[in-house]
Amino acid sequence: MNTPSNLKYTKSDEWFDPATGAVGITDYAQSQLSDIVFVEILVDAGEELTVGKPIASVESVKASSEIYSPVAGKVSAVNADLSNAPETINSDAFGAAWMIKVEGGTEGDLMDAAAYEAYCAGREH
Amino acid sequence: MATIVEPTIFELSSPGRTGVTMPASDVPETALPPKELLRSDLPLPELAEVDVVRHYMKLSSFNYSVDSGFYPLGSCTMKYNPKINEDTCRLPGFLFTHPLQPVETVQGNLALMFEMQEWLKEISGFAGVTLQPAAGAHGEFTGVLMMAAYHKLRGDTKRTKMLIPDAAHGTNPASVGMLGYSVVTIPSDERGNVDLKALAAACDDTVVGMMLTNPNTLGMFDEHIEEVVKLVKDCGGLMYGDGANLNALLGIVRPGDLGFDVMHFNLHKTFAVPHGGGGPGSGPVGVSQRLADFLPSPLVGIIEEGDDETAPLYGFVTPKNSIGRMKAFHGHFGGGLVRSYTYIAMHGPDGLKDISQYAVLNANYLQARLRDTYHIPYDRICMHEFVMEGRFEGSDVRALDISKRLMDYNFHPPTNYFPLIVHEALMIEPTETENKDTLDSFADALIKIAEEAKTQPNLLHEAPITTKFGRMDEVKAARELVLCCWLPEGYDLSK
Repeated sequence: MNTPSNLKYTKSDEWFDPATGAVGITDYAQSQLSDIVFVEILVDAGEELTVGKPIASVESVKASSEIYSPVAGKVSAVNADLSNAPETINSDAFGAAWMIKVEGGTEGDLMDAAAYEAYCAGREH
Repeated sequence: MATIVEPTIFELSSPGRTGVTMPASDVPETALPPKELLRSDLPLPELAEVDVVRHYMKLSSFNYSVDSGFYPLGSCTMKYNPKINEDTCRLPGFLFTHPLQPVETVQGNLALMFEMQEWLKEISGFAGVTLQPAAGAHGEFTGVLMMAAYHKLRGDTKRTKMLIPDAAHGTNPASVGMLGYSVVTIPSDERGNVDLKALAAACDDTVVGMMLTNPNTLGMFDEHIEEVVKLVKDCGGLMYGDGANLNALLGIVRPGDLGFDVMHFNLHKTFAVPHGGGGPGSGPVGVSQRLADFLPSPLVGIIEEGDDETAPLYGFVTPKNSIGRMKAFHGHFGGGLVRSYTYIAMHGPDGLKDISQYAVLNANYLQARLRDTYHIPYDRICMHEFVMEGRFEGSDVRALDISKRLMDYNFHPPTNYFPLIVHEALMIEPTETENKDTLDSFADALIKIAEEAKTQPNLLHEAPITTKFGRMDEVKAARELVLCCWLPEGYDLSK
């Protein structure tokens, strides 16, 4: 499982990059969902977010899931390309598949990479 | 390379062929609507009647149904539907009535509906029942509307939260969303029950109520159901029961006695109404005394009592604080109510209890036979269904592969990937009608497939290999939403 150490993680499998403000879903999440077929970003640039607010809806051949904001702050950018290429989440969850960027994000209750890996391992049983 | 086993009806079309030759018109012609309202590019297929019949006959022979083999989707999707129901729902007295007939001329229909209300009350322990809702989710919406009306009449307007367990059916949050309420998800504990601590923490004076399926979608009867009901009631909330899994409880436990305030019945699940292809369902709703005045109108009631000589006069009545009409006319009468009435009448109280006991016994038998081969995460005595994991340590075989391989053994696959709280979920519900031989051959197939997963995993990845069509490309089907075989002129697929 790929878990970059520069990112922070939520229990609901979102990642947040404190350096760039980018938010997405983890490699573990995409592997659980399997082939992703639909993504809709539910927020617009300029919108104020609170921690836990739904920011996107992701649908795979197995299930559909809401994606929640790991941080509070103002949306500075939305990845408009993602909805045309939802499979990017499967191939590059931590890179090209970023969903939104948040300016001056105040972090919610986030884990570092080691804690997130342990958390995922615990859910495998 | 897949062979085309049957072309589409459009491909079979040939210009000039026709099923019926129309006689020359013997009535005056009238002008057509303005041409902006007409379209010329409607390529309806042209075929002779016999070609149409053969085409659909052939397609129907590709079906796998509960009438042709074991179907572990269970009552949740469709259990076996006794054929006598088909006779009764076609009795001319039922078949040829119209919902707008004067009530004096449809007393038989009303008597059946009245008795159906009474029977469902007795089965569930509720004080009142409406037969109107068209299906389960419509019943849920009806129930939630009554919960909202109850709080509103009391002036208790700050209640906007509905508590829903993480094992719930997706329709529960959807019904709640229809009213603009928010959903608070309550986790399950390690035994598959509602997590009491999390529930207690969520209970406050903003709670509308809780929607609970019991037994839940893991097939587990909640071991703390009385505490769950008490916690919700103590904070002023109402208990909604999702009746989708009532097949496990008939004649054994009554939701009304457990303290539920409202529950929908799925006549098309528990009470054997066929509903292939998404309908028609039938979702009557039962309520406790405190919600009885809010039931949709009209209900069927006795307008004039009868005696030994005369039958009572049935008619329609409106509850005092009714939420109003939920459906044009009176629910799915012939398709739903007459069939279910027949099913209940044919079984009687003891027979209904047998249904649930055999449904639970069969599920536990299968669970016991599969326990050593497949991981069952919530492993205790189950009710009418159980959920196991379709994956093995160190193997890339997934639940979908196992399901597809089952088709090669002539079984319909079970529900995949639900509930979401189980990895690679395979939900198995055999129902009461299956004999031990059938259950054994299904278990044998699953055990054999588990062996194949170790020895020839590629076989499972490629399955099914014996069916008319091989593995469908589910990703392509979901990403490219093109369902028609022709596209209207000027239609740009890329948009």
